[in-house]
Amino acid sequence: MRRLLTIAAAATLVASPLAPLFADSLMPAARYANEQLADPRQERQAKALMETIRCLVCQGQSIADSDAEMAGDMRALIRTRIEAGEKPEAIRAWLIERYGDWVSFTPPLDRLTWPLYLLPALFLGLGIWITSGRLKRRRKS
Amino acid sequence: MRKLLIWLPLAMFLAFMVVFAGGLISPESKTIPSKLVGKPMPQFALPAGIAGKPGLSSAELANGQPHLVNIFASWCIPCIQEAPQLAQLAQAGVPIYGIAIRDRPEDLGRFLARNGDPYRAIGGDVNSSVQIALGSSGVPETFIVDGKGIIRRQHIGAINPEDVPGLMSALAAAK
Repeated sequence: MRRLLTIAAAATLVASPLAPLFADSLMPAARYANEQLADPRQERQAKALMETIRCLVCQGQSIADSDAEMAGDMRALIRTRIEAGEKPEAIRAWLIERYGDWVSFTPPLDRLTWPLYLLPALFLGLGIWITSGRLKRRRKS
Repeated sequence: MRKLLIWLPLAMFLAFMVVFAGGLISPESKTIPSKLVGKPMPQFALPAGIAGKPGLSSAELANGQPHLVNIFASWCIPCIQEAPQLAQLAQAGVPIYGIAIRDRPEDLGRFLARNGDPYRAIGGDVNSSVQIALGSSGVPETFIVDGKGIIRRQHIGAINPEDVPGLMSALAAAK
């Protein structure tokens, strides 16, 4: 037991300098990070886009869900641009130009990703074919 | 054959669980390199991040000689770790330009007083807009930009002593 405690204490000591690596700044969030646009139609567009843009800090989350400061700045950037009249897909393309397809949760249809789109249809067809064959056989017997 | 086949669903389930547990135990976390490497620096103009030092604009960076653009912040801990290496590069004559992310002049002043100031100019990027335009995903990051303003290389994370020779040769190649 004693030894276990010593090991635990040592582990905490080793791990503690690593903890504050991702410190936050002292600046308040940008205006449009958490404030909605006045025009509900534009806000809907912005929200829909934010839900499909991946946060670069909390990589599994969308920027709409993430509390990371950078995600807040990306939300502000999207809202400002939508307010200025830019199309959501143009903003997505601008982000993909910088961070690659990785930044978007809606993968494009290309040479690498076509199985994503084609395979479900293929499997569904296969399922229908097998089921209909079985049903026919059962009716015969 | 039939007898063996009966075990197939269980085997598939176990294989799936191994993949699933692997993902839970060590989740994938990767660095996202900027797609702008090899492309021109995006247009920007940032105000001075601190009094007494000029701000930074993309026009000034296409000045005929290669340089480093260092994305940093006073609140960023690995930035302290790379400060000696930046000082060493500045001493070797490398022009270093800073972009301070989400920073206040007073914090920046304290940071530079403590860790040294290798920067020729510091642009204050209060809302991370230039950082996002550069395809950078955190602090610190360093870009090597050639004299024509083309981004040649991106270094993600702190510059450690062993990274310095590689950066120097990349700078020489960017001439």
